[in-house]
Amino acid sequence: MEIPDGLFYTKTHEWARREAQETVVGITAHAQDELRDIVFIELPKVGRTVSRGQPAAVIESVKAAFDIYAPVSGTITRVNDAVVQSPQAVNQDCYGQGWLFAVAPSTPAEFATLLSSADYASVLKAASH
Amino acid sequence: MTALTPAGPARRTGLYQRHLELGAKMTAFHGWEMPLYYTSIIEEHRAVREVFGIFDVSHMGQVLVTGPEALPTLNRLVVSDLGHLGEGRACYTLLLNEHGGILDDVIVFRLGPEDFLVIVNCATHEADVAWLQAHQQGRVTMTDISEGRAILAVQGPKACRTLEQLLDTRVTTLGRFGVAPIRTMGPDACLARTGYTGGDGFELFLPNTHAVRVWNLVVNAGQGLGGLPVGLGARDTLRVEAGLRLYGADMDAQTTPWEAGLGWTVAMQKGEFIGREALVRQREVGIPRVFIGIQLASGPVPRQGMELRLGDRRVGTVTSGTYSPLLQQPIGMGYVEPTAAKLGTRLTVTVRSQRYEATIVKLPFWTPRMTPAARLTAGASPLESRT
Repeated sequence: MEIPDGLFYTKTHEWARREAQETVVGITAHAQDELRDIVFIELPKVGRTVSRGQPAAVIESVKAAFDIYAPVSGTITRVNDAVVQSPQAVNQDCYGQGWLFAVAPSTPAEFATLLSSADYASVLKAASH
Repeated sequence: MTALTPAGPARRTGLYQRHLELGAKMTAFHGWEMPLYYTSIIEEHRAVREVFGIFDVSHMGQVLVTGPEALPTLNRLVVSDLGHLGEGRACYTLLLNEHGGILDDVIVFRLGPEDFLVIVNCATHEADVAWLQAHQQGRVTMTDISEGRAILAVQGPKACRTLEQLLDTRVTTLGRFGVAPIRTMGPDACLARTGYTGGDGFELFLPNTHAVRVWNLVVNAGQGLGGLPVGLGARDTLRVEAGLRLYGADMDAQTTPWEAGLGWTVAMQKGEFIGREALVRQREVGIPRVFIGIQLASGPVPRQGMELRLGDRRVGTVTSGTYSPLLQQPIGMGYVEPTAAKLGTRLTVTVRSQRYEATIVKLPFWTPRMTPAARLTAGASPLESRT
């Protein structure tokens, strides 16, 4: 399962790409594979504040609805309307076209608590045993 | 789908190893470890609608009812008139308690003058066997023959032709709800033209050894045609699309056949049967709720337990829901007050505290006669195509 370097990860299977002004968030290849048939996505409104580890979005597969947690606290700056129209984009390209939302982090120190790609790989490995 | 955590170690069907080899994602289901999907629920759903799919449904119970008084005994236990059920025929029917509440929905197959096979749901298997045996009187024997046996469902437009080529038994000539023995596969092995997908299809009741062989043949035949092994995930989306109720979700012992929209199974004129008096009484006073189908133009999936409102007033509850891969829309079923049950009524379904418009539409959502064009129209405007 693909785990690109240079991204931050959570134990709940979100990724975060830190840029100058904002941080882009999505779900990992492992998460989209587990969810499988994604049919509906609900994203936060731009301007909403989100807190680290709290639900920020919802993804529904055919079988159930799942909360997506904010990796870092902050204010929502952009959301990906394309995945609302075509939810299967998250199955097809979860690290690219299938990004979910961007947040302006309010507490940069939180990045230190996130996982590196190597850490996240170990989390997955531990869970599969 | 209600997945319960098993109390003991999960039970496995005779095809368990095959499921693992095919890469199935397994799930706990009423004490069993069953395939949820192999590749994708939507892909498997489409295979069943366009080609065929093969399902392992060996978790369901198989009960043989035999003897000179098999017919009168069973006829007191189910709502349909089995006196009209010819040899080699099957019918969908219900077991009721004295209050008219549904204990299970079953298929009864008449294998001979005094021989019946009753297929019961997995979650109600033990309770059904106990109920049947408690009402065993006279010269009738009820035997749970499930152990060591399998049920395979082969469903879809190309199921018939495929089985005809693979089995040395007559397939094409078997009518809908017909059943015939497969003499080469041991005692009580049979093939029936029944299923839970709303389309054409077959079910095979077999000893495990033969089931593994037939499973492999059908899976291999599917590779050239686009036929796939199918898990419980698509079994659920297929049956919702076909408007078929699921026991435990859409009905239970507190639901009568009138409420569940299953009055067509009940033969009131046949004489005494368990629950009849309660049904007579409810027919006089009227039913408190009506079973309906709902369709959303887009948005989230309605799921079990979500509330249905008419304006600000709560009028009912969703009992089953899914995303329809063919209509490409969320669909659901549930109960509402009779005054809110008219076709075309615009209700709302509450999902995570937000209300989404849901229109009451005729069941089923899909039928095999629906052309691709009609399907698209149905998807675009449920009201126009259904009235």
